[in-house]
Amino acid sequence: MSLFRFAAPQTFYPMAGRMVPWFAAAAVLLGALGLVIGFGMAPTDFQQGEVYRVIFIHVPAAWMAMFIYVVMAVYGLLTIVWRTRLSGMMSRALAPTGALMAAIALWTGAVWGKPTWGAYWVWDARLTSTLILLFLYLGYMALIAAIEDPQRGDRAGALLLLVGVVNVPIIYFSVRWWNTLHQGASVSLTAAPKMAATMLTGMLVMTFAFWAYSIAAALHRVRSIIIERERHTRWVRLMLGVPQ
Amino acid sequence: MSEPPRERSPGEPVQPGEWGLLQWALRRDLRLAMRRRSDVLTVLGFFVLACSMFPLAIGPQREWLMRIGPGVIWVSALLAVLLALPRLFELDHGDGTLDAMLASGHPLPMIVAGKLLAAWLVTGLPLIVLAPVLALAFSMPAESIALLVASLLLGTPVLLGLGAVAAALTLGLKAGPTLVTLLCLPLYVPVLVFGAGSVETQSAGLSPAAHLALLGAGMLTVSLLAPLVSAYALRISVE
Repeated sequence: MSLFRFAAPQTFYPMAGRMVPWFAAAAVLLGALGLVIGFGMAPTDFQQGEVYRVIFIHVPAAWMAMFIYVVMAVYGLLTIVWRTRLSGMMSRALAPTGALMAAIALWTGAVWGKPTWGAYWVWDARLTSTLILLFLYLGYMALIAAIEDPQRGDRAGALLLLVGVVNVPIIYFSVRWWNTLHQGASVSLTAAPKMAATMLTGMLVMTFAFWAYSIAAALHRVRSIIIERERHTRWVRLMLGVPQ
Repeated sequence: MSEPPRERSPGEPVQPGEWGLLQWALRRDLRLAMRRRSDVLTVLGFFVLACSMFPLAIGPQREWLMRIGPGVIWVSALLAVLLALPRLFELDHGDGTLDAMLASGHPLPMIVAGKLLAAWLVTGLPLIVLAPVLALAFSMPAESIALLVASLLLGTPVLLGLGAVAAALTLGLKAGPTLVTLLCLPLYVPVLVFGAGSVETQSAGLSPAAHLALLGAGMLTVSLLAPLVSAYALRISVE
């Protein structure tokens, strides 16, 4: 299996190193372009005014927060089934970025909610499930941080991710149901007016920027994890010029 | 089982079938719980005290208490289960019994299933028995109380099953008990929503059947999977 060749940390380390600058550059360029489109070119929303422009950061962050958790769970599955070492490291490397994305989504949402809904926080289904997603990230990070043995940490984290990813849709629908029971649809994002084409373009460009950033950050982080984990091996010592 | 049952000497190895194994673990944990009654009573005491704090905090108005009763009792039951979780595998881990269980070659999920059943009998069931008394203190009407008991009957096994996975994953860690809380609470959200929600729905004049059906589905799924996943988690933690 040629794909499994890249599953060896030794092969992956230099490859990730070559990929990081490209994704970082893409993140910067796309981010700049997206901000220009979003804050310069997109029209003012006739209902919300200028405040809607937070969606150019808010929506990509919320998407990434959900997506990264699923990616981590896929790596978790690899860790459990094939016991590949790199997959556990990838889950670890992605977690802080995912938590950051969830936090950005919540923070920008609160900033947007104050002028629009009149409150920083409402117990809307999306808000609540994003908050719970943030707790799932924090729980994963706390678990792997508490376990000293890296192999045990990888596998325990992977199992937690799998349990979590099964629960995420259940949590989402339960919270949605709970909310509709308590109060009739007070605020709904799904009923928002149709979006202008420039708004959509800006949002998509920003999404790709967030995507590139997340990949760059995760690859950069996984390189540190690989070095730390494999510091006693010959290839790391050779690379770092440590006397044999 | 062709051999007739006979008296076993204490040191003689047991060769039970799968169900025998479950029974063995169940009996053993029940006996251990009976010898350490204070552990069980601590959880129940916590449950009652936690519920009693709410009227003291918000005031004794009957309408308020009726309104928050189901939610308060559900949250307190949930926290009481959390309190009981670290004990689930810790004693066996501490004295090496767990290592022996893992090394015995017997199917670990059956042992874990027995342990979970025992844990539910000594923590879940007493909570459910106490819940109506607390519900009366919150002036809840009889039909709400019946529903509360039904929802707790279906919901507490889910809490315990999900919690067992977290307890197994954090076994032997210094931060274990705190960590269990952090890992479990997000996963408990649906149980709480459907459990407390069922009573709310009935008070609002709607049928709670959907809530109970979803809780029941969760209960069946978790009862089936929790022993398997917890056993796997134990292997990760101990090996």
